[in-house]
Amino acid sequence: MKKAYLGVDVGSISTKGVIIDENKKILAGEYLYTKGDPMNAVRTLLRRLEQQFDAAERTVVAVGTTGSARKLIGAVLNAAVVKNEITAHAIGTTNIHPDVRTIFEIGGQDSKIIILRGGVVTDYAMNTLCAAGTGAFISNQAARLDIPVEEFGAIAMRSNDPTPIAARCTVFAESDLVHKVQIGCSKEDICAGLCRAVVLNYLNNVAKGKKIEPPIVFQGGVSKNIGVVRAFENETGQEIIVDENGHLAGAFGAAILAMRSGEERPFDFAVTEMDFKITGKSCGRCANNCEVIRVFRDGEMIDSWGNRCERGAAKA
Amino acid sequence: MKKKKQNEPKRNVSFSQFGSYNLLFEYFITHGLEQNYVRPPEITKRTMELGNRNSPDFVCSPFKFTLGCFLEAIEAGADTIVQVGGVVACRLKYYGSMQKKIIEDLGYDIRFVNLAEASREDPRSFLALFRKINPDFSLVKILRTGITVVAMLEALDRVQLTVSKNAGFELRDGDFDREFRRFCGRLLKSPNDPISVYRIYRETKKNMRAIPTDVPEHPLRIAVIGEYYTVMDDYSSHNIEKKMAKYGMRVERWMNVSHTLLHYSAPKRRKIIRDYVQYDMGVTTTSNVGFALECAKKGFDGIIQLKSFGCTPEIDAMPVLRSISSDYDIPILFFSFDCQNADTGIETRLEAFYDMIRLKKEAQLKSGAPERAAAAI
Repeated sequence: MKKAYLGVDVGSISTKGVIIDENKKILAGEYLYTKGDPMNAVRTLLRRLEQQFDAAERTVVAVGTTGSARKLIGAVLNAAVVKNEITAHAIGTTNIHPDVRTIFEIGGQDSKIIILRGGVVTDYAMNTLCAAGTGAFISNQAARLDIPVEEFGAIAMRSNDPTPIAARCTVFAESDLVHKVQIGCSKEDICAGLCRAVVLNYLNNVAKGKKIEPPIVFQGGVSKNIGVVRAFENETGQEIIVDENGHLAGAFGAAILAMRSGEERPFDFAVTEMDFKITGKSCGRCANNCEVIRVFRDGEMIDSWGNRCERGAAKA
Repeated sequence: MKKKKQNEPKRNVSFSQFGSYNLLFEYFITHGLEQNYVRPPEITKRTMELGNRNSPDFVCSPFKFTLGCFLEAIEAGADTIVQVGGVVACRLKYYGSMQKKIIEDLGYDIRFVNLAEASREDPRSFLALFRKINPDFSLVKILRTGITVVAMLEALDRVQLTVSKNAGFELRDGDFDREFRRFCGRLLKSPNDPISVYRIYRETKKNMRAIPTDVPEHPLRIAVIGEYYTVMDDYSSHNIEKKMAKYGMRVERWMNVSHTLLHYSAPKRRKIIRDYVQYDMGVTTTSNVGFALECAKKGFDGIIQLKSFGCTPEIDAMPVLRSISSDYDIPILFFSFDCQNADTGIETRLEAFYDMIRLKKEAQLKSGAPERAAAAI
């Protein structure tokens, strides 16, 4: 039986998964919305991956998880590697574009820039404290303008004269946008203005002080928005590479890391049929009241975390 | 007259949690001013919520933390609160007067001793404040205890430095932390003279040397800089030094009370950084930028800046730090903390930072230059 490796990337908005072989070839890949329920999203994800995957020929021998729910899903899937999304993205992307020097990534709830030189990460930054200029913001504004978010970019592309919109902060951007709508600016111009605002916000905040050199790869859900891609090209004066598997780069990286770890842990797609229960409970042993998370599989506790000290350690 | 004063009940004095420095206040209040000391409870979410609820929304987080500590200390029986302040050019200068007003507005009848009202140029101004705590204090005892406390401060900071540098390499989890806590307990019980303090210090150092460690040939050396309170207080910094230790990083932190109060030469630091900064940007920026530059020149693997959200002087230092980062090719990670609860975002960034500097270092060690070593990874 040949080996395969599964990478799962559970973000705030979307959940991604890939299965690769020993040569890092993608055997199966899937993308779906998290919808605020990471457990359920992963269940659906695995069912769909299973359909694309030839279980008679290969077995998944190791799992890697990344994204903001990596710890929880890592516990559930008995992952060999639980890795932050910056490292996972860098690893995944350098395996697709070995010469990449700059990675832009704008996801649902966060955005990051990764600078690489010769395939090694030399610098990175991630937005802090604020979700301005991320996918969630664009989705909200698309809803306000009554435009499906998938068409947002195409509509923006029809504009010849993007409306200036404040790029500093979502609150300012939103009030700007409301005013522009009310004084009669066209939807095309507003969409294009918003794409530009997102890009300026990104370049002025997240990418501040970073040396942006080509080749530049743009990833994350927002990279599917052609209006934002065009705005990036205009502002940086560089070609922006967006590839069709760009949204899977994090999961791809997690799968590669799982393979590299050399650790093999049994994995079975039947995990989707198991009963998982997650409880969050205040510890109550001191005024800090740590929120202790326990994960149960078929009634048996498999992992727990959240306690700051030993007193709060969950008993199995 | 004198006799009557001595019959006055002792005051219950308290100071906020601040790293491990609370014990120095305790020692000074009990031995020097001969009053009772009320230990503020450990900072918890409740402390934070109390401070948050009663503070202006946009004030820096140390204000909220210290206010929360005061309120909990008052609940625990404190009737006299001491707050620091002083000559610095930032909001800290107004902490005392603001907090006094807030506590009074909440209806508490306490005595508030604001050290910002005293000046280092005029030592007598401190005596006026001491008199507020104990009108009948003994100058001899104050001087004697003062010397002991300065010795304790030196010892405490040196031991703390040893812990920061080495905790990442201990073979048994928590060895350094346990020894540090034992040391703090012993300091509190120490006889009132610097020799005894020195003896405790020496024994602790000896014990720490005996802790089994495994230091790699090329450990990752990280400089930690930032805003005064957040850098030194574990709760405020989300235990970042402990998290760093888990990754086996060697933490080098210059910023502590003894360094800034007793061993800091602003002209010297200004000279070191004159290519980057021509004037002071307030409080600790000159010393932070100076230390960051020194570490960059020494070939450290990274710099981490910690600050409370909205700390203006430290924000001003960021462009300078970015220049140093690009000139010396040393990665820098910025953290701004407020009163957030979740650690996940901090862990994500710290883990990514660790991965980055580790891979970079491995590549450098392999061939001397990251560009050439790349193919190997």
